[in-house]
Formats: sequence, structure tokens, C-alpha cells
Amino acid sequence: MTNDLPAWMTAHRLTAIVGHMGGGKTELAVNMAVALAKAGEKTAIADLDVVNPYFRSREQREMFKTLGIRFVASAQSLIDADVPSLPAELNTLLQDESFFSVLDIGGDSGARVLARYRHQIAARDFAVWFVLNARRPQTATLEKAVWSLRKIEEEMGLPVTGVVNNTHLCAETTAGDVLLGAGLADEVSYVTNIPVICHTAPRPIAAGLPQLAEPVFPIDIYMKKPWER
Amino acid sequence: MEKELWKGNEAVAEAAIRAGCKCFFGYPITPQNEIPEYMSAHLPEAGGVFVQSESELAAINMVYGAAASGVRAMTSSSSPGISLKQEGISAMSSGELPGVVVNMMRGGPGLGTIQPSQCDYFQATRGGGNGDYRTIVLAPCDIQEAVDMTQEAFDLADIYRMPVMILGDGMIGQMMEPIVWHDIPKRELPPKDWCAGGRKGRDHSNFVTSLRIDAQDCEDFNRHLEAKYKTIAEKETRWAEKDAEGCEILIAAYGTPSRIALSAAEELEAKGIKAGLFRPQTVWPFPSKRLAELAAQDSVKAILVVEMSLGQMLEDVQLAVQGIKPVRFYGRVGGMVPSVEEIAEEAEKILQEVQ
Repeated sequence: MTNDLPAWMTAHRLTAIVGHMGGGKTELAVNMAVALAKAGEKTAIADLDVVNPYFRSREQREMFKTLGIRFVASAQSLIDADVPSLPAELNTLLQDESFFSVLDIGGDSGARVLARYRHQIAARDFAVWFVLNARRPQTATLEKAVWSLRKIEEEMGLPVTGVVNNTHLCAETTAGDVLLGAGLADEVSYVTNIPVICHTAPRPIAAGLPQLAEPVFPIDIYMKKPWER
Repeated sequence: MEKELWKGNEAVAEAAIRAGCKCFFGYPITPQNEIPEYMSAHLPEAGGVFVQSESELAAINMVYGAAASGVRAMTSSSSPGISLKQEGISAMSSGELPGVVVNMMRGGPGLGTIQPSQCDYFQATRGGGNGDYRTIVLAPCDIQEAVDMTQEAFDLADIYRMPVMILGDGMIGQMMEPIVWHDIPKRELPPKDWCAGGRKGRDHSNFVTSLRIDAQDCEDFNRHLEAKYKTIAEKETRWAEKDAEGCEILIAAYGTPSRIALSAAEELEAKGIKAGLFRPQTVWPFPSKRLAELAAQDSVKAILVVEMSLGQMLEDVQLAVQGIKPVRFYGRVGGMVPSVEEIAEEAEKILQEVQ
């Protein structure tokens, strides 16, 4: 069944999604989990965002249930408690290699939640992807993007193993934005020697993109604002 | 100018820096933490001063002091923290001190929740502090407007020598949206010849106070404020409307619920119901005159007020409409957000009832 999925998505059974605040980590994590589950893979997603109070993957818990995705997050009673609580269940998930597990991590220093688990993670096959948005002013230049990536590596005590170009302007994203981000991702990759994994693009514009060196992952927008249809 | 993706709180902080804010004093509280966080990193780079104060009370009094010395100063918080600042806002009104206060509202009362709300409308527009004072209250509905209003707020504060509040619901602080940085229209600013920022060759010392011992003096001062507030109501009242002329049902909402209401209005339009939107951009002064004109149209059968509260702006709408048309209300509270469907259903129900 993994034949339906791009090779980059199934290369590792544990993927942590990190990056600067607002880069689109949650949207990528949710889209990956949905793609894996729809292809029939045993899938789990963990919402480990302890820095953002709104717009977190836990808002999609009903959809995860429908799709049979194992959802790991703090106890319901703590979900809006504004405390950095982590689910005990995460320990078992990190040990269970029968799942494709996607970890949705909070922005910037939110990556510190991984520090506690770094030995467990490093002991198994894993990926840590740095989500890059060239339309975010604080990661819009090579210097700022690399600084953000290195700072996050410091916070979590794990290396970033891939860069995902997730350049977007929410509902106003154009092919030009994706291409702008592809250029920046290439530069970051060249300087850090970390490979570019893929480029995301909203499904309606993904097909119209010119050929890029890395695969394009068409994404659907799940994290909608209350007025968006 | 190219579009950039900003988080509301960061954008408000950056807008303040671009407006020449030189002092920020604040204390952390969700959902506005990115404002002090951004200020702590970027205000010193811009030659300003960031202080994480020991409390919200200290923060607003530091704003009082900085404003009295003639520099642009700001504080931000969320609902329970804004409650603590009320005494200082009243004192600034009395000392006629300019300053910007940002409230990214969360569910209340008390500590409430960290989720978005609009339950501080009464506090913002009626004054949570003591005395016959008013505060200009700007209510953005998106990040672009939050950025523009924050920059204008500093001008309004300087022109009228009073605190100006940016009243955003938590969503304004937390969501990400594309914005463009552009120059806001320049206003003519009066010289700060009243400030206590050094004698600078004057033959007298300036004195800033909120105490007036003599009753007649204090009444005169209140009359002066009254005249100032009247000028503001005439010159600075702002609103936006969409399809409000000729509509059957007029939905009144501010902040992010106005965008949900707009989606609901579009849904109603698709069903052949003429729905309009009236969105106050200043909630004090409230755009009563225009709302009354719209309500008086023959086509309008009812007005639906939508808020993330139990009905606070509702009272201003009722005062404006003066009973000439039925005014109904739909609200969600405690951090819950109304949905497009809920608003559209409510509008349809009301139209059936008032036929």
C-alpha cells in the first residue's frame, strides 16, 4: 500500500516537524498523517505544541478518529490549560515502530519538548524536518532561516535531517510563493548540507508548478479560520 | 510592497515600533504573549526600552510615567490583566496622557479561559476605572487592520492626549495572515509642550497630575474632557459596511466575528435573503448615527447583533436604533466561537419571526 505514497514520506517511521512559528508545521503534519492513513498505513500523530494556544492539530481530533489515526496529546482536561504538559502515551509511541508517527512540534523554542526524548529518538530510525516559509519575515533570508534552524537544533538536542519548503500566504498562496521558497530552501540546503525533502503547495496550484528538483506534496487546508469555507 | 505572513501579536508589536513607540511595559498572559516577546527582542534594536514589569499595575503606571516625559509608550495584556490596568487608564485620562493599551481578549469573567472572546466591551467602552472618562477604542477585524490601527493609535493618543485602546479578540493575536506594510496617512501632531520631560528653556515647570482638589476646578476639567470627547465623536467615528443598503436583515458585529458574519451573509445571499453587514471599527465612539440611518431603511426588517459575549455591543446598537426595528442577539461565550451556520440559521429564524 505504501506504493501509493511518495518515497520521502515512508522513508522513516518517526518524523518530527519543527520550525519557526507560523511556518505551517501543523498543516504539514496533518496532511502527512491523512495521506498515510488513507494509504492504509498504521498512522499516529502527536500534538506536542506547548507554545501556541490556538490553531493546533488537536482541533482535528474528530477527523483523526474517523480516519483511524491514533491521536496522542495531553489529557482533554489539560488541552487549554496553558501549561506545557506532555502526554505520557508519547513514551509508548516513541517505542512502537509499527506506526508511522508524525510529531507536530510547537514553533521555535517549542522544539525543546523533544530534548527530553532525544536519546529515545536518536536510538531509532527518525527524521526531523525543518519547515521553511520564505514569506515569514523572520525566516525570509538565508541568514535568518539558518539561524532559526540552528537555534531549534540547539533547543531539541537533535539534528535537523531535512528541509521542507512550506512557503505560503494562507489562502492567498501563489505558485510564485512556492517557487520563492524553493529558492531559499535550496540555499539553506547548500549552506547546511541538509537535503530538501519536498515542497508543499495547496492542491489547486500544485499541478501547475514547473518541474522542481524535489517532489511537490499537494496539501489540503484543514486548519481553517472560523469564517473560511 | 510584497506581502508577508505575520502572526497578529507580532504584527501589532512591529507596528508599534514603526510608529515610534519607545517604551513598552508589560507582563505575560495568554493569548498576547508574543507582543512582549517580540518587543523584548526588537524594541531595544530600535533604540527603545522594554521592561517586563512585576505586575500589570506596575506596567500601566510605567506607561503613565513614560508618557508624562513625552515619549510614545505602550502596554498590552489580555482580559484579566487589562482589569488590573483600569486604575492607571483612569489616571492617564485625568492626567491627559497619551498611551496605547492593547487588549487581546480571552474568555471571562475572572481568569476564565485562554480562548478568544469579546467579553470586555463594557469595560473598554464604559471605562473599567473610575470617573467620567472615555477611551478611544479601535476594533480590528484582521491583521492588516490591527497593524494600521496600532500605528494610528499613537497619533490619536498624541492628538487628543489620552489613552487609546486596541480591542482585539484572542484570534487577532494568534492567527497568521498576509499583510503589506504601507505608510499610514500622516496626521498633524500638536507639540508636547505640556510634558514633564525637562524644562528645556521654559520659564516654568510642567506638572502632570490626576488630582484636582478644588471641586470647581475639577468640574471645569470634566467639562474640558466632555468637549474633547465630543470632538472625537464628530471626527474619529469609523465603521465599515457591506451590502447594508437595501438589506432585509442587518448583521452588526465587530472584530473577527464580523468576518464570520460576513460569510453567513454570503450564505444567506445565496438563498436569496438580502443580508448586510455593519461593522464598527471604533466601538467608542460608536457609529450610532450611521447605524440609525441604516436601521430606518424600509427594507430592513430586523437587526442581528453577533458577539463573542452575552450581549454588550448589543446595548449600543439598541441605543442607536431606538426601538424603531427589532434588535436580536446571537452570542457565544467563554472562548467558544460562533459558526457561519449558527449565524445564518439565527438570521433566517429571526426573519420568519418578524414577518
